[in-house]
Amino acid sequence: MATDTRTRSAPKRTPLPKEEDARLESEDRRAFLRKSAAMAGGALAAGGVASASRAAPLPIAPATQEMGRPIEQWAYGSPSKFEKHVARRRTDVLTNRQNWSDWSMSPLQHQQGIVTPNGVIFERHHAGTPDIDPATHRLVVHGMVRQPLEFTMSDLMRYPSVSRFYFLECSGNGLTNWVKTSSQTVQQSHGLLSAGQWTGIPVSWLLEEAGVQSAGTWVLFEGADGSAHTRSVPMKKVLDDCLIVYGANGEMLRPENGYPLRAFVPGWEGNVSVKWLRRIKVSDQPWHFRSETARYTDPLPDGRWRQFSFEMECKSVITRPSGEMKIDRPGPLEIIGFAWSGNGRITAVDVSVDGGRNWQQAELEAPVLDKMLTRFRYRWNWNGSPAVLQSRAVDSTGYVQPTVADLQKTRFTTGFIQHHNGIQSWSISPAGEVKYALV
Amino acid sequence: MRSYSTLLGVAALAVAGCTSMEHAATAPAKPAVGYGKAINEADIAPWNIDIRTSDGRGLPPGSGNVAQGKAIYEAKCVACHGADAKGGSVYGTMVGGIGSFKTNTRVLTPGSMYPYAPILFDYIRRTMPMDRPQSLTANEVYALSAYLLNLNGLVPANAVMDATTLPKVQMPNRDGFVRDDRPDAKAARCMTNCN
Repeated sequence: MATDTRTRSAPKRTPLPKEEDARLESEDRRAFLRKSAAMAGGALAAGGVASASRAAPLPIAPATQEMGRPIEQWAYGSPSKFEKHVARRRTDVLTNRQNWSDWSMSPLQHQQGIVTPNGVIFERHHAGTPDIDPATHRLVVHGMVRQPLEFTMSDLMRYPSVSRFYFLECSGNGLTNWVKTSSQTVQQSHGLLSAGQWTGIPVSWLLEEAGVQSAGTWVLFEGADGSAHTRSVPMKKVLDDCLIVYGANGEMLRPENGYPLRAFVPGWEGNVSVKWLRRIKVSDQPWHFRSETARYTDPLPDGRWRQFSFEMECKSVITRPSGEMKIDRPGPLEIIGFAWSGNGRITAVDVSVDGGRNWQQAELEAPVLDKMLTRFRYRWNWNGSPAVLQSRAVDSTGYVQPTVADLQKTRFTTGFIQHHNGIQSWSISPAGEVKYALV
Repeated sequence: MRSYSTLLGVAALAVAGCTSMEHAATAPAKPAVGYGKAINEADIAPWNIDIRTSDGRGLPPGSGNVAQGKAIYEAKCVACHGADAKGGSVYGTMVGGIGSFKTNTRVLTPGSMYPYAPILFDYIRRTMPMDRPQSLTANEVYALSAYLLNLNGLVPANAVMDATTLPKVQMPNRDGFVRDDRPDAKAARCMTNCN
């Protein structure tokens, strides 16, 4: 069993890296060598320049022959007008009859690199997006502490900041896709997932300043929005790596992501990273709010519910090719996707092109960071036959991403079910059409 | 020079104390100063609305009964949740579902799902009505809690809910939760001829 992890900072084109070279099917490799030899021979004959038969001269683009748009006096840049299809979208699987307690999904199939641009970080709100003035916003820390404290944004930004890369995933990502192909695109099936560099300060600093009493073992985070969303989080996790965050990807948080302040609980289901954070309270037990009993719990086959299932377990998905894409012709192509784990770092990703019967280890693209999206790629020579693509991630705890069937051994999966980290399948038709598949 | 070497020492300690190197490399030590301003708990009271739902700690003074709850419901809640809380233009039913968790169609309502009745108070007060959250009085929230519990058959029609009675309501799903026991899947990393 292959367990090595290969990481490289950038793809190389020529010569082919050894690992990629070895992975090419032998027939393909021979074709490649023949072609290279032919090109080299042609180049020699033509005096050092390879040639193709003449077709049509390249047109000079209008943009080359006119002045562009001038620099504006004061502006915040936007994506090209040709990229309007790259946008967050509400779910098209079920339509909530209001769009305040609702969600919208990130266009993972269009993401470049491992950082999600702020304008397309997924949304999940319980009462819409508030517009909060940072000049009047306050955070309080109280409960089982020596001295309750109040902080302005200016106070909080006076501390030295830390900036860390983490993914953020909603526990409901994939909730409709356990037993049927409800979603068609990877945006709809996996788009309650984003990642970025988050800037703020450790929550532990504020707790230490307030002086946590020794019995304080649970922490409440509460939002200042119209849902006053609340969760209980164990003190151990809070002290380990939780942040209060005001920045994302080089700027202040966007309103829909918690401006001006949110909690950030690395690797755990998104809703515990409470947005618009106004209050941190310390207690000796959890509160058992609606948001951690009637919601965000996972049904078990015996009729009970798994509670405080915080970690987002190891998962991966192929983003290209993915649902509703079309492969234009047979031949070599790069299968790419994301892998991530709330329990550590990704150590390997395997790809199958035959629906999970046989697997090959994919390449991981550096950087490979703890609790962060990791890019994988696998070069596949598609011969034009039907195929089913899957990816399977392994994390630093040794956990192997399961199939839905594996998860169904211990979980009830009918209805809208959280924590779907099962293997995703995409089918390829002879025409190159890519569709969501269940195998 | 003295302050510079002190800083270096602190940075080295921070790195040594962390398990994750790429994070440690960017993590400064906690500064020796604090910027929080002391605040009296009494001044936090308007925000201090959480209820420890397992025993009702934090429930405020006040009370409300089923009939009062029905009147408030019909004025402020029915538009979204429907007549008798059986589902309306925006949301599904808040009544029934008790016993449904052993079937393939689980019906989630406050009656079937909440392990502790004070969850009603905590949630209604902080979130409802959706277009004007945190506008209800304690008496109104107690009354709505009584009404919804009565519709679910969990308290009688003459019930009065307050800080003493609400935590005593026995909810059918009280023992319906188990703490996270994952990882529950033990997939193998098979590479060839796997299925």
